[in-house]
Amino acid sequence: MSSYNAMELMICIAARNLQDGATVVVGTGAPCAAAMLAQKRHAPNLCILFEAGGVAPRLPTMPVSVGDSRTVSNALMASSMSDIMETCQRGMVDFAFLGGAQIDMYGNLNSTLLGTDYTKPDIRLPGSGGAGDLASLCWKTMVMMPQDTRRFTPRLDFLTTPGYLTGGRSREISGLPKGTGPHRVITNMAVMGFDNTSRRMTVLSVNPGYSRHTVQSHCGFELLWADTVDQTEPPGVEELKLLRSAIDPGGYVIGRAG
Amino acid sequence: MLTLIKHKNDTHVSLPEGSNPLFMDPDPDPDAARLFFKTKSRALVSKVTTVKAAVSELVQNGDYIAVGGFGTNRIPTAVLHEMVRQKKTGLGFAGHTSTHDFQILVAGKCLSRVDAAYIVGLEARGLSPSARRAVEKGTLIMTEWTNATLAWRIKAAAMGLSFLPSRSLFGTDTFTYSAAKTVECPFTGKGYTALPALFPDVAVIHVHECDIYGNARVKGVTVADQDLAKAAKRVIMTTEAIIPNAAIRKNPENTFIPYWCVDAVIHVPFGSYPGNMPGLYFSDEPYLKTWLDKEKDETEFQVFFTRQILETENFMEYLALNGGMKTLSDLEDLELLAGKEGG
Repeated sequence: MSSYNAMELMICIAARNLQDGATVVVGTGAPCAAAMLAQKRHAPNLCILFEAGGVAPRLPTMPVSVGDSRTVSNALMASSMSDIMETCQRGMVDFAFLGGAQIDMYGNLNSTLLGTDYTKPDIRLPGSGGAGDLASLCWKTMVMMPQDTRRFTPRLDFLTTPGYLTGGRSREISGLPKGTGPHRVITNMAVMGFDNTSRRMTVLSVNPGYSRHTVQSHCGFELLWADTVDQTEPPGVEELKLLRSAIDPGGYVIGRAG
Repeated sequence: MLTLIKHKNDTHVSLPEGSNPLFMDPDPDPDAARLFFKTKSRALVSKVTTVKAAVSELVQNGDYIAVGGFGTNRIPTAVLHEMVRQKKTGLGFAGHTSTHDFQILVAGKCLSRVDAAYIVGLEARGLSPSARRAVEKGTLIMTEWTNATLAWRIKAAAMGLSFLPSRSLFGTDTFTYSAAKTVECPFTGKGYTALPALFPDVAVIHVHECDIYGNARVKGVTVADQDLAKAAKRVIMTTEAIIPNAAIRKNPENTFIPYWCVDAVIHVPFGSYPGNMPGLYFSDEPYLKTWLDKEKDETEFQVFFTRQILETENFMEYLALNGGMKTLSDLEDLELLAGKEGG
């Protein structure tokens, strides 16, 4: 088995979840790397979209902005923010790929602020950007986040991006489009889905080298467990080779993992 | 019907109405907008001017500003700098993926209120310490939005309407701290968030080429600029090149913004620097990193910012200060290389 770091693991797992022919909106960094890996490995016709207007580029290198010229490199279309978001709202986009500063048991995300006072936050973060829209309007939201008790919290400081809100049918009742919501949460320790009824975060597989106990003790809320919890398949030689040589040779994303 | 949702832990309340201020200078009244646009000049006359004159004449203290492009892509840097030099204050700002543009105007203390969809960050490059300090101290009045809802607010204005319905924002604190409301569809009974039209006082847009009247073309992603040019009361346009009107007339299908939207045309080569200009030059990543590094220390940053913007007379001096043609030619190479590698 090859050695790999946590970021490489998360990107490889995420890539396996993106099917050929699907549409996915990604941001810069790890989500983009995952989409590029999927495109080069098993999903040559994965259609990658960027919220500023890039449609189906063949990415030469990873963009540094979701609006930079690489996002339309050999693309099918250079479009607009409204057009991409309206395509999502119309139901044409399968996956949104997001991260965040905090996540709760229903897959709601915070990327706006840390602290208790909106007018004077301890730390101001960028805000929704397109994240809230994409998680509202795409069919399935995928989240990649390193796991610890600060990030996986029982209570968000600010709900920027809707998951299953308060669980059960609350998402649909709120007015958000039917049949949408968080699909997978991929961490350095495990892969989670969501229970069909309660909509609580449920561990599907544990990553190599981690125990059930560790996964739970690095999460600030009680996790549910699937009936069968497998070990996540580690990154293969081919996946790692593509990731290191063709997608992120500079180590801008995969070099970051500690 | 829309339902009031309350989290078990009581903090997250999704109300049918956002509680933060709607900055009223972008008046959503469509008849008020029509009365304004009734008076806007339709004359096919040259609008060529200078950055100094455009900012002095078209931007008043307290105006609501929207910046075209996407933070570090196709941004009108020269005009942003000039707003700082002319000490424009009390400006409102539409922050849809605003990155280096927000960084400049916050550091120049130009802004008082912000519609925030994406602020204080520079995407993959990290957060801006200076912009964070300004927001965390509570020096700006803020209202939350998302990139799509801000784009649609501008679109509503471009359409001459007072709002557009959307399916975003539901269930979030972003909604609670927005100025959105909710409406019920008269046909289906579905609930929608209602997004008030945003008519900025001034839009500043950088383009690849336009004629002296402001008929403009761009390459690459268009973000929200076409709607922005229509929605804004006044448009300042900087351009990489001024082309003959005959070239516009030969291929009218390529016109992205028509002349009647535009109030000022200024020839500013490399005008998006240090940002990216699709097909021409890439962003100056080392420079943007230097800026972020300098921001860590407030005093050191003030020296840097003063030297870069307040002590440069104009955009040409600023470009020269940062490496001039050598830097720009390298960025041209980088951009062409990025385009070719995709195969």
